[in-house]
Amino acid sequence: MGKAEIFAAIRAALADVREPDPAADVAVPWEYGQATAVEDVVGLFAERVEDYKATVLRAASADAVGDLVAQALAEHGAGSVAVPAGVPEAWYAAAERAGVAIRRDDPPLTNAELNETAAVLTAAAVGWAETGTIALDHRADQGRRALTLVPDLHVCVIEAAQIVTDVPEAMARLQASLNDRQPITWISGPSATSDIELSRVEGVHGPRTLIVIVVG
Amino acid sequence: MTATDLGMPGSSRRTPAPPAGRLIDSPPFPVAAKQYLADSQLRANLHHATSTIRAKRARVTAELPNWEQLRLAGEAVKDRVARHLDYYLEELEQNLTANGAHVHWAADAAEANQIVVDLVRAKGVDEVVKVKSMVTQEIELNEALEAAGIAAWETDLAELIVQLGHDRPSHILVPAIHRNRAEVREIFLREMKLYGRAAPDSLDDEPRHLAAAARQHLRDKFLRAKVGISGANFMVAETGTLVVVESEGNGRMCLTLPETLISVTGIEKVIPTAADLEVFLQLLPRSSTGERMNPYTSMWSGVRPGDGPQEVHVVLVDNGRSRVLADPIGRKALRCIRCSACMNICPVYERVGGHAYGSVYPGPIGAILTPQLRGTAAAIDRSLPFASTLCGACAEVCPVRIPIPDLLVHLRHRVVDERKRSHLGLEQALMKGGGWVMASGPRFGLLERAGGLVQRVTGREAVGPLPWPASLWTRARDLPLPPEQTFRQWWRANRDPLCHPERSEGSLRDDEATTVTSVTSASAEAAAE
Ligand code: SF4
Repeated sequence: MGKAEIFAAIRAALADVREPDPAADVAVPWEYGQATAVEDVVGLFAERVEDYKATVLRAASADAVGDLVAQALAEHGAGSVAVPAGVPEAWYAAAERAGVAIRRDDPPLTNAELNETAAVLTAAAVGWAETGTIALDHRADQGRRALTLVPDLHVCVIEAAQIVTDVPEAMARLQASLNDRQPITWISGPSATSDIELSRVEGVHGPRTLIVIVVG
Repeated sequence: MTATDLGMPGSSRRTPAPPAGRLIDSPPFPVAAKQYLADSQLRANLHHATSTIRAKRARVTAELPNWEQLRLAGEAVKDRVARHLDYYLEELEQNLTANGAHVHWAADAAEANQIVVDLVRAKGVDEVVKVKSMVTQEIELNEALEAAGIAAWETDLAELIVQLGHDRPSHILVPAIHRNRAEVREIFLREMKLYGRAAPDSLDDEPRHLAAAARQHLRDKFLRAKVGISGANFMVAETGTLVVVESEGNGRMCLTLPETLISVTGIEKVIPTAADLEVFLQLLPRSSTGERMNPYTSMWSGVRPGDGPQEVHVVLVDNGRSRVLADPIGRKALRCIRCSACMNICPVYERVGGHAYGSVYPGPIGAILTPQLRGTAAAIDRSLPFASTLCGACAEVCPVRIPIPDLLVHLRHRVVDERKRSHLGLEQALMKGGGWVMASGPRFGLLERAGGLVQRVTGREAVGPLPWPASLWTRARDLPLPPEQTFRQWWRANRDPLCHPERSEGSLRDDEATTVTSVTSASAEAAAE
């Protein structure tokens, strides 16, 4: 009943609209999916991520990731790390040898278990330089959404080839994930608030520390 | 842990009681404005907050060489949606349903609240966690849930401050903008222990520590919540995807951890394609918090097996929007993406704060949206189109290019015409006259000089009411003595961008002339020429 009533009201309200094709009726002066002019995409990405008080580490090759992960976890005193099923073992083998408890999300960890887990280690779907943002599309190497939310430290590994210029280029890359109805999370630095006198505080409910490892 | 008995007689509330009375019964804007203008603490808090955020916005919008193109694109996409709203809503519903979400339609606030109450009851729970959402405030969902014995916990830091403070939001982005850190500390110490984990006794007023207290207080609630309630910043018709833009991670908690998610959104929040997000997710963060990007943006398309809520509802709310749509001029207000830039730059908002607007939508957008959504039966709603100086700053910053001053003038005429149709009284004639004068630079200029003359003759420090018809405007405002030069003369000589292009918008706003008089005359000119 609600719907019929609302649609009748909308249609009556739009009596002045004669052209039935939305695109023909109102043109949108915008070219979608364009790259912007950024010279050093990876360099700017690292700079902008750090603007949010996140940490960026550079791994010369995939082989170097494991040691950087172990080092990052050790530096933050993280004794346990949640890992989604699709994260390569090589990324956390060094940490495991150093005594960090590896908590695979298979079977899924409970909310309470996640709350007791210090860190989470994931890949990313895409990153972009202009705003220093990473996006997760929560496929197997990134895990379900709660994994990257409840633990207080997020270590995220992204390949240089996954980093693009700005939002439009990134959205174009994410289209396939949206078509697959994957949930998507954009992350720009650690959680933050400016709700008290507009003074920015990093770290509220989401992970208070974000470490991004750029490979290549 | 729940506060079933606060030791107050007759109190069996689950959540802190908001102030008594309904927003729609608020006094007319000039009356309320006069009261808030007298609150110097409020004005100091507001000035600090709005000037900080204005400067940030100006910086990050200047950073993008194609900012104007983005605004034009945002405007066009929103206009396309508004003119074909039935088409996109149909597509949205189909895709949401295909994605496993349940779609509900609510013609008004009462229907929407009933739907949500029934859904929560069906889950057999007596509490929900909430992400900040304007539409749930608009329909007063929290109170409807409270009346049904269900506690709705606000989880955004500012909303938490407002809720625990038995207060109302005064800003759409920073609802507790009117509170300073000392007040927040006091509220947390006094109230948190009544509704869950207490704030530590040692709590000081450092924002970092206040945020940590909120994290502690809410964590248990997040982890045990069975039902989350959200709004949505955007809904993508093409993919059946909802989008929530936030900073703290409380949104992600509510969208991800509960078993059931109920999203309540206005029907105008639909956009055609996922690609359109590339426009809005550039416009919104830079216009609202003045950041290149907000910390977290969540997108979800119905139910994802094994990830997040397995029962997903979307309640699509009209509540006056189709009425707004019926006015081809007024419908431009439906473009609004609730960024708050217009209120942050508004000289009137900065001085009186959000509460004077008697609506959950304060500032310039509230002045044009509220009377359209609610109609103009109430005194507050009839007064809102006049709650502006027509200075035009809001239209310049609006990321979707809503011509707010034009809409204000349009609604002023509508208010007057509606009243005239029932009976033509003196007040109506005055209102009409006020609109006529304010819409014209030369006419207002004359009037202003007349005011100055009166004053120089009488030797008073401040102008009392200006002569008719500006009396409608000056009734609640003491206007300082107009200088020898009127503001418009001064503006021409000093700040007219045509003569002084190097002056930035930011420099005008930050050290702008400090009287409402001055702004008023400038605005009249802006509207007229
Ligand atoms: S009217 Fe424009 S500036 Fe104001 S809140 Fe809406 S989108 Fe932002």
